[in-house]
Amino acid sequence: MALSVRKFDAIVVGAGGSGMRAALELARANLKVAVLSKVFPTRSHTVAAQGGIAAPLANSTEDNWHWHMYDTVKGSDYLGDQDAIEYMCRRAIEVVVELEHMGMPFDRLESGKIYQRPFGGHTQDYGSPKMAMRSCAAADRTGHAMLHTLYQQNVRANTQFFVEWMALDLIRDPQDGAVIGVTALEMETGEVSILQAKATVFATGGSGRIFAASTNAFINTGDGLGMAARAGIPLEDMEFFQFHPTGIQGAGILITEGVRGEGGYLLNKNGERFMERYAPNAKDLASRDVVSRAMTTEIKEGRGCGPDADHLLLKLDHLGPEVINHRLPGIREIAIRFANADPVREPIPVVPTAHYQMGGIPTKYTGQVVVPEGATSESILPSFYAVGECACVSVHGANRLGTNSLLDLVVFGKAAGEQVIKDIRSLPSPQRNLPKDAGEASRARLARLDAASSGERVADVGNDLRRTMQAHCGIFRFPEDLARGIEKVKEIAARAQRLFIQDKSKVFNTARVEALELDNLVETAMATIVSAEARKESRGAQSRADFPERDDKNWMRHTLWYKEANRLAYKPVHLKPMTVEAFQPKARTY
Amino acid sequence: MRLSIYRYDPDKDERPYIKDYEVQLEHADRMLLDALVKVKVLDDSIAFRRSCREGVCGSDAMNINGKNGLACLTKVADLPEHVTLRPLPGLPVIRDLIVDMTQFFKQYHSIKPYVINDEPPPERERLQSPEERDHLDGLYECILCACCSTSCPSFWWNPDKFVGPAGLLQAYRFIADTRDQATAERLDNLNDPYRLFRCHTIMNCVDVCPKNLNPTKAINHIKELLVKRAV
Ligand SMILES: Cc1cc2nc3c(=O)[nH]c(=O)nc-3n(C[C@H](O)[C@H](O)[C@H](O)COP(=O)(O)OP(=O)(O)OC[C@H]3O[C@@H](n4cnc5c(N)ncnc54)[C@H](O)[C@@H]3O)c2cc1C
Ligand code: SF4
Ligand code: SF4
Ligand code: FES
Repeated sequence: MALSVRKFDAIVVGAGGSGMRAALELARANLKVAVLSKVFPTRSHTVAAQGGIAAPLANSTEDNWHWHMYDTVKGSDYLGDQDAIEYMCRRAIEVVVELEHMGMPFDRLESGKIYQRPFGGHTQDYGSPKMAMRSCAAADRTGHAMLHTLYQQNVRANTQFFVEWMALDLIRDPQDGAVIGVTALEMETGEVSILQAKATVFATGGSGRIFAASTNAFINTGDGLGMAARAGIPLEDMEFFQFHPTGIQGAGILITEGVRGEGGYLLNKNGERFMERYAPNAKDLASRDVVSRAMTTEIKEGRGCGPDADHLLLKLDHLGPEVINHRLPGIREIAIRFANADPVREPIPVVPTAHYQMGGIPTKYTGQVVVPEGATSESILPSFYAVGECACVSVHGANRLGTNSLLDLVVFGKAAGEQVIKDIRSLPSPQRNLPKDAGEASRARLARLDAASSGERVADVGNDLRRTMQAHCGIFRFPEDLARGIEKVKEIAARAQRLFIQDKSKVFNTARVEALELDNLVETAMATIVSAEARKESRGAQSRADFPERDDKNWMRHTLWYKEANRLAYKPVHLKPMTVEAFQPKARTY
Repeated sequence: MRLSIYRYDPDKDERPYIKDYEVQLEHADRMLLDALVKVKVLDDSIAFRRSCREGVCGSDAMNINGKNGLACLTKVADLPEHVTLRPLPGLPVIRDLIVDMTQFFKQYHSIKPYVINDEPPPERERLQSPEERDHLDGLYECILCACCSTSCPSFWWNPDKFVGPAGLLQAYRFIADTRDQATAERLDNLNDPYRLFRCHTIMNCVDVCPKNLNPTKAINHIKELLVKRAV
């Protein structure tokens, strides 16, 4: 039975901030675009972003894109590609002002301009102790404000959404490897079809659900990464997974760094503001990897709070109800609900929590996916693009600065849209021919699930995977743990081949969706732990107990992981910016 | 904890039925959504939507012991030992707790939910004072969960004609935005016996909104503006 085929100029998989920014560009150019999303667009996880979006508007403190660029390069622990970073910082004002013109409800200063707050690692004057107020905020609901605004603009532009459609696998042209579309499952009917396009843009978001304690939504299962890996495309720098310093203990829900930007700080059980010891200048606003490591050390050395000495306290009552209610209303709501603590009176119990994947599908600043071929390490893979958290441009390198992700979404979402338009307009022929076996892989996956009459439960395998990653590939990484972890993930991967679901219905079968997501979680976890084991240095979010120093001589390079036999390859970091002088690697202190 | 859950799978069930479940909760299972996830481990065929598990995505609205709410923000401790879960009332059921929200979004789209301003934008941001911006508070935070509209009798009877509280709240969000220039057009669009005036201030919507928003107040503002315009 052949799958039905629908044809488009472009398809965008994912309707978070990055996917909707790309879609908007395409819809405004009157292309025939399909935007797929597992959930209604405004339910994408961008909606949960709290603290803000970076742009050197200089509304409150002096600022410029050069300083922002320096901070981002340093924050990346020098693993970020400096050309892409320059590109992002130079376009920041343009894209944020555009969001404002679209109607995004930013908070305001007395001057009527957009309100900006300080955020970790964002400084003035190339890392001086003076913080830059660079984070443009809509209270502590910046992601919600941005995602709804982008959805609204797409409604206006008549973008065609395929809501509750899950992309399953990539389809590539066997001739030259070009991507010609995806297979996708319509949840409501259970039908699988082929969506074919001249350009396929991945914007599927993060994979935070590979860890047990995570700030991420249930749907953040690394689907784009899994699809790419299964199609033979490498994943870049997957070892770099950011742990956010302040997730609510036990619940994992995020408490934005904006709390510390507004003046909150962390305490250990002695009531000591311990960050002063680890980062004398920036203190609680040091880079996230630095703060998360300091917190883990405090807990390990017995200075954690509570009966089990297993968390730290985030104090903000001194900001007063006025600031808390006006600038951090969502945080107050969350803390009361999920931590039983009203921050107007008492501190919030927090622990470092898995948050953001710096790695992803390798791209250049145009959103085009680039892979090694022959002697070149970055050859453009035709008609395939990736943006947002699933892509690795790489602007975040080994550690992302807060508020740079929302910026990344709109800068590269827009840039990819522009590139797709250019590419489609220069294409000679309309659509390529589908390979004979198009859709076979997806059909086989589904058939296996339908046929199974016994086997492993999705929830059990998924929980084991998350526990393994948490225990073996966390903030501090030990050689034996990593090696054993890889073996465990391999066992889990084998179990994931034998899943059994009771639900065989065609209609909105969420058990099937979760089983299909598990395949992607497994690929992502494998990429992460294998890449982490191989990198024999500490840099940004990767902290190896056996190699505590950064090693620029041997490891100033990007990792590329291939699913096939867990093969690893490496490629150089772009140390040369587009127009300015390069920032030379230095010891990184805050 | 004992849950009685509305079940219906058009693929195999002739009619809906209620199925009972018993789950053991642990210390970490604070919210109703945690309990539902436990139920799904026992019986993977139960279908419900969920994503953020922190009350910002609007996925898991359902009818909990007769009242609409989000499972992820409903504390188990605040519920009785026996809980009955049904899909949101008034919308077609696709399966189990999953409803077809097409009509709800159609009404949202009908109010032109975007800032309309045809003046060429300045190079930098349009200016807005903090006080002007404050007018958007209590409006823009809506997560489109549909708890309100599906608890509104007027919306049940006329889902195709009455915009409903969620849509009207958003209509006012754009009227209240100093950057928007389409107030007259927006009021024309709502000045209709059904679109706006089906609201009889029953207040169910205010009572259920998980984000503590007040659609009735917004609706009254719109009505006042129409009255003012008429004189
Ligand atoms: C709690 C939290 C707070 C944050 N706060 C900030 C902040 O203040 N500032 C900042 O800069 N960054 C912040 N971040 C990071 C930032 O929000 C995310 O990195 C970013 O929103 C990701 O956007 P995205 O467009 O890549 O993906 P998402 O918004 O995650 O969207 C992914 C989309 O892909 C779709 N999708 C996925 N798989 C499939 C599939 N198989 N088929 C079809 N569709 C699919 C989903 O349905 C969804 O529409 C925060 C992150 C978290 C978790
Ligand atoms: S106040 Fe109006 S909108 Fe709200 S429930 Fe009552 S009739 Fe519906
Ligand atoms: S107004 Fe409240 S209840 Fe209604 S859709 Fe918005 S958030 Fe949900
Ligand atoms: S799961 Fe997102 S609102 Fe409840």
